Amino acid sequence: MLTWMIFTPLIGAALILLLPKKAEAAIKWVALAATVPPLIMAFQLYGSFDRTTAEMQLVQRVPWIPSFNIEYYVGIDGISITMVLLTALLSTICIVASWNIDKAVKAYFPLFLLLDTAMMGVFCSLDFFLFFVFWEVMLLPMYFLIGIWGGPRREYAAIKFFLYTMVGSVLMLVAMLALYFYNDPHTFDLVELARRAPTYSANFQRFAWIALFIGFAIKIPAFPFHTWLPDAHVEAPTAISVILAGVLLKMGTYGILRINYAILPLGTLEFAYYFLVVLGVINIIYGALCAMAQTDYKKLIAYSSISHMGYVMFGMATFTQQGLDGAVLQMFNHGTVTAMLFLLVGVIYDRAHHREINGFGGLASIMPFYTGWTALAFFAAMGLPGLSAFISEVLVLLGGWQHYPALTVVAAAAVVLTAGYMLWTMQRIYLGEPNEKYLDLPDINMREVGMLVPLAIIVIILGVYPKPVLSLIDVSLTHLNDVVLSAGQGPVASASDVLSVR
Amino acid sequence: MLDIGLHHFLTVSVLVFIAGLFTVLTRRNAIGVLMGVELILNSANINYIAFSRFGGSGYDGQIFTIFAIMLAAAEAAIGLAIVLGIYRKFETIDVEATDTLRG
Amino acid sequence: MSHPTEVDYLRWIILLPLLGAMINGLFGFHIQKRLGRGAVIAIACTPVALAFVLACTAFMQLVGMEPDQRFLLDDMSEWIHVGNLKVNMAWWADPLSSTLLLVVTGIGGLIHMYSAGYMDDEPSIWRYFAYLNLFTAAMLTLVLGDSLLTLFVGWEGVGLCSYALIGFWYKKLPNATAGSKAFIVNRVGDFGFVLGMFALYWCLEQTGQGTLVVRELVDRVHLLDGQTVFGIGAATFITLALFVGATGKSAQIPLYVWLPDAMAGPTPVSALIHAATMVTAGVYMIARLNFLFDMAPTTLGVIAFIGTATAFIAATIGVAQWDIKKVLAYSTVSQLGFMFIAMGVGAYAQGIFHLFTHAFFKACLFLGSGSIIHALHHEQDMRNMGGLKKYMPITFWTFLISTLALSGIPPFAGFFSKDEILWKAWSSPHGSGLIWLFGSLAAGLTAFYMFRQVFLTFYGEYRGPGHAGEEDHGHDDGHGAQGHHEPHESSLVMTIPLMVLAAGALLTGFLNVPGALGGHHIFDNWLAPVMTAGGHGAAAAAASGAHGVVAELAADVEHVVHSVEHDPFEYILMGVSVLVAFAGIGLAWLIYMKKAIAPERFSEILAGVPYNLVYNKYYVDELYDATIIRGTLALSSLLSNFDRIIIDGVVNGVGFVTKSIAAVEGAFDTYVVDGAVNAVGSVTAWVGNRVRTIQTGHIYSYLYVIVIGVAVVLFVQLI
Repeated sequence: MLTWMIFTPLIGAALILLLPKKAEAAIKWVALAATVPPLIMAFQLYGSFDRTTAEMQLVQRVPWIPSFNIEYYVGIDGISITMVLLTALLSTICIVASWNIDKAVKAYFPLFLLLDTAMMGVFCSLDFFLFFVFWEVMLLPMYFLIGIWGGPRREYAAIKFFLYTMVGSVLMLVAMLALYFYNDPHTFDLVELARRAPTYSANFQRFAWIALFIGFAIKIPAFPFHTWLPDAHVEAPTAISVILAGVLLKMGTYGILRINYAILPLGTLEFAYYFLVVLGVINIIYGALCAMAQTDYKKLIAYSSISHMGYVMFGMATFTQQGLDGAVLQMFNHGTVTAMLFLLVGVIYDRAHHREINGFGGLASIMPFYTGWTALAFFAAMGLPGLSAFISEVLVLLGGWQHYPALTVVAAAAVVLTAGYMLWTMQRIYLGEPNEKYLDLPDINMREVGMLVPLAIIVIILGVYPKPVLSLIDVSLTHLNDVVLSAGQGPVASASDVLSVR
Repeated sequence: MLDIGLHHFLTVSVLVFIAGLFTVLTRRNAIGVLMGVELILNSANINYIAFSRFGGSGYDGQIFTIFAIMLAAAEAAIGLAIVLGIYRKFETIDVEATDTLRG
Repeated sequence: MSHPTEVDYLRWIILLPLLGAMINGLFGFHIQKRLGRGAVIAIACTPVALAFVLACTAFMQLVGMEPDQRFLLDDMSEWIHVGNLKVNMAWWADPLSSTLLLVVTGIGGLIHMYSAGYMDDEPSIWRYFAYLNLFTAAMLTLVLGDSLLTLFVGWEGVGLCSYALIGFWYKKLPNATAGSKAFIVNRVGDFGFVLGMFALYWCLEQTGQGTLVVRELVDRVHLLDGQTVFGIGAATFITLALFVGATGKSAQIPLYVWLPDAMAGPTPVSALIHAATMVTAGVYMIARLNFLFDMAPTTLGVIAFIGTATAFIAATIGVAQWDIKKVLAYSTVSQLGFMFIAMGVGAYAQGIFHLFTHAFFKACLFLGSGSIIHALHHEQDMRNMGGLKKYMPITFWTFLISTLALSGIPPFAGFFSKDEILWKAWSSPHGSGLIWLFGSLAAGLTAFYMFRQVFLTFYGEYRGPGHAGEEDHGHDDGHGAQGHHEPHESSLVMTIPLMVLAAGALLTGFLNVPGALGGHHIFDNWLAPVMTAGGHGAAAAAASGAHGVVAELAADVEHVVHSVEHDPFEYILMGVSVLVAFAGIGLAWLIYMKKAIAPERFSEILAGVPYNLVYNKYYVDELYDATIIRGTLALSSLLSNFDRIIIDGVVNGVGFVTKSIAAVEGAFDTYVVDGAVNAVGSVTAWVGNRVRTIQTGHIYSYLYVIVIGVAVVLFVQLI
């Protein structure tokens, strides 16, 4: 089933290549049809997922390159299922969001579907080599999607994105090979690698941890590796921004949980404070402050993404049940909320053809329904109760207090900053006297509402009743947390020693 | 009675070969050239038969010769076809006029 | 604490208004267009009325129970359960929350009704009522939530609705700004609240007993003894952090600045949110957690100090305002200060009582001012009013009753509640004479500015434009056809709530007549099971659940309470405060009625720095703007530039260096490596060019070559 989920979009891409170039409508419908089966399967997956075990489920393994012990090995656990659900949902929505693409349609949709396959693959892979392959495959379509269909500075943004990620990939490759050769018999099997974690020496763990972390941190993006994000977002077309913020950023944190945490628990304990907690807090505050200074609507949202991903990093490194659950929940919630935000920016950009925050004003009187949707998304991003991000942010900060009270105070200050820049933006764009220039802008249309509705429903349901997601992730994260903390019981250092230094 | 031996055959063969070669080298007419080629082939055939007869190797030479004659017939047919093609293209069968393959 | 009685109707108190909000929020636009305004109003008001009925049911059920068994619980479902943290969607009603419940649903219902009249010229009324219902639901969540986290949900929710309602007329940018300001300042408070919550949870979790459920906290707070957070006692830190939250929500110094600006919203909103309910949330929260605050005497001192300062300073600002609603706003801030004084001196029940009475008379005052504003077509400056007594008699009388109540004139409600607080401020072990002194001064100022308002508004000559009949405003409330432009009394929808509230202002005081005046402290006794200290039931409560410090304190307080029960001093203080109130009224009468002292003279007397200082609200807004807001913005643009120039600069620099290296390498590649390759190629080509002439295309020439070649070979071989 996972295999079908991963490769159905690719089949769709192949079909599109067979269609004539002129048949744009057909291409779009085929692309949509190719993303729907994974979505249906995702629902099925959600229903049948066993919530009581931390084991990998729906495992499928086939030898791929036997001479190097490389396998096609896929499976999911509580951490990845949320991301798979998110990917399936956002892919479908983004195809709809791409409906008004009119430049080289026959190239755009296959690339998009290829991207979809790669994202699914990353989240399902349990073989490090397979993981890496999907990781790299993802870059290529992304590069073209930004570089061809983007804004005026698209080449710059695309190249920046590509090079940044390549640097990370190289480090990841090094660490991957190191892990491969360190073990005897050599293996890329992530589950097996995790099981052998206690045998890795402390120095090896440190080295591998840092290399992997930088690889993933670029993707998150963690300060100071974040500057590709605003550029990429500003230039990328709407749907790609949604995918970028909604799914791609999560790969960084997902990778840290799946690989750094599970395979290098000792390195995690030692470095989490410096690299996750401190950088997480910097991300939160720095992102929020930078967002406040932006005048480009999309850049503002991009920086708010940086800020929100800080919560994920912070939560992961708390080593408390609340913090970890909150972090993964935040990954999911940020995916939905930020997707809404980018879609909404796309709506106004399609109409006014600019994104200058100070260039609008009083849109609430002109486009009341659009404003209502934006308000919902803004409030969700601010973490208001009843909306999903509230629960994840509270859990993250609550979890943070146990080991890092002082930093939690700093991080919590962001609730004020977030409210500040969000409301200020709201005020500048939507409230006040309507701008004469835009009096005839049409309100949000049915296609756009259709994209927002599922996201809004999820945001509200999870805000009122977070259990559907929490129950998925809880067991896996408890297990992961135990793995990491128990690694500290060894001769090198005890968990409490490492943590109580602070 | 003069014994006819291998040498005689070879002499005839050489004479035919020289005649053929001479024809090929001097004729401008493509058909003439083809006829020269036929002569050269036949000189080779004579050699085959001669060596076969005097070399004591059974009927190998004869069989080869039959093959060669057959091939010569096919070659003549193809050659004439080519000549016809050339004629259609260049309206001449003068081999000096057809130098399109010049480097 | 006693075992709760399980019920399943409390949830509907919250769900009904929420349902109303959803219906109006999602479909209100169409409902208003198809079915008319009446439908929207009915959808909004019915749930609140039903909620009030349910609240009464809960209240009656509680009354029918044994005092220490009064506890209803409606455990709806699990909400968040992560690790040891278990928070349910559970609603509870005990004497404290049921009291607030009645206030919120009762006064809320009246204000819903009033709004139907007040907002009659508003085109998108559905939006207004959706917000108002949502607010009611959020406020009820705050009151009924059985854990700090559910309370916080309501806490944030009311902030959101307050934002939406303040900025309801968003086309005027200042309104929108005021909404944002309210929200952000509240967020500063929330920041403190969440920290307090986290610290509380983890300090308890240290002993494996982490919880945020209030009824479990009661039995567990003693575990905080001996723990420290950031070097100060855990209980002190937690309560201080929570108090920061309370200052934000309840508009105390230093976070009171949002409340006066919040008057930009429609007046019923000001009455409901910014007088009766939401702003009292901080007081409610402290009373709710009184057992925790009792453990932290330092915090109580801070609360009492802040409360006193706020009560006094806000009262001085109120003196110099001209906007009818701003006066009431500062008055609210000041009265909230009184409630915090009560909290700070451990007189929780008295604080809640003041909250209760204040909700009536302040809501009435706001609605009365709304009635005036409505009649004068959104005129809010008192200098343009006057003489309204004869045009709007009902409004006048209800306004007057409430003013008397607020000024603390017996036997109106405010006298009993405010006086009780001042008495506790003096007599409680946490209190002091200074608190009493400034409290009394603030009470005198209150009487002064309130009567200044009454005299300016209702007496003298009408100074508004409508009187001269010059402007045709086009009445839209049904009286326009009569063609007169003088102010007129509002419709019944608006005056009935006024009358009900005025009756409350007149009568609710008798619920808690102090022992000194022969009363029985009905209200205090009602709350006693919830208050482990400070009330008459302290002994019972202390015996049932308190530990350590709490028990000692409770015993102390009980001792104090009993020993001074009929202290003659109580009568003296009572007399003093009534005198102070009359003095305030007298001064106002002298200045604004008798004109013995011209108002201009008055400002001249106070001329110079103090008056300007007061008139400009001590420049606090300007100070915040210059420091915090500008500071944050400067920091943000600094960081943004840092991001753009330094970090991106480094990135681009690396890119540039790499590109330069690449350029050099590229040159090497082009000229050296490629040069060699190309050289080989061109030599080959040159040779080829020379050799190609050999190929003539003539068969005979090839044959000649072959023949010559064979000849040469033969020749060579033969030699």
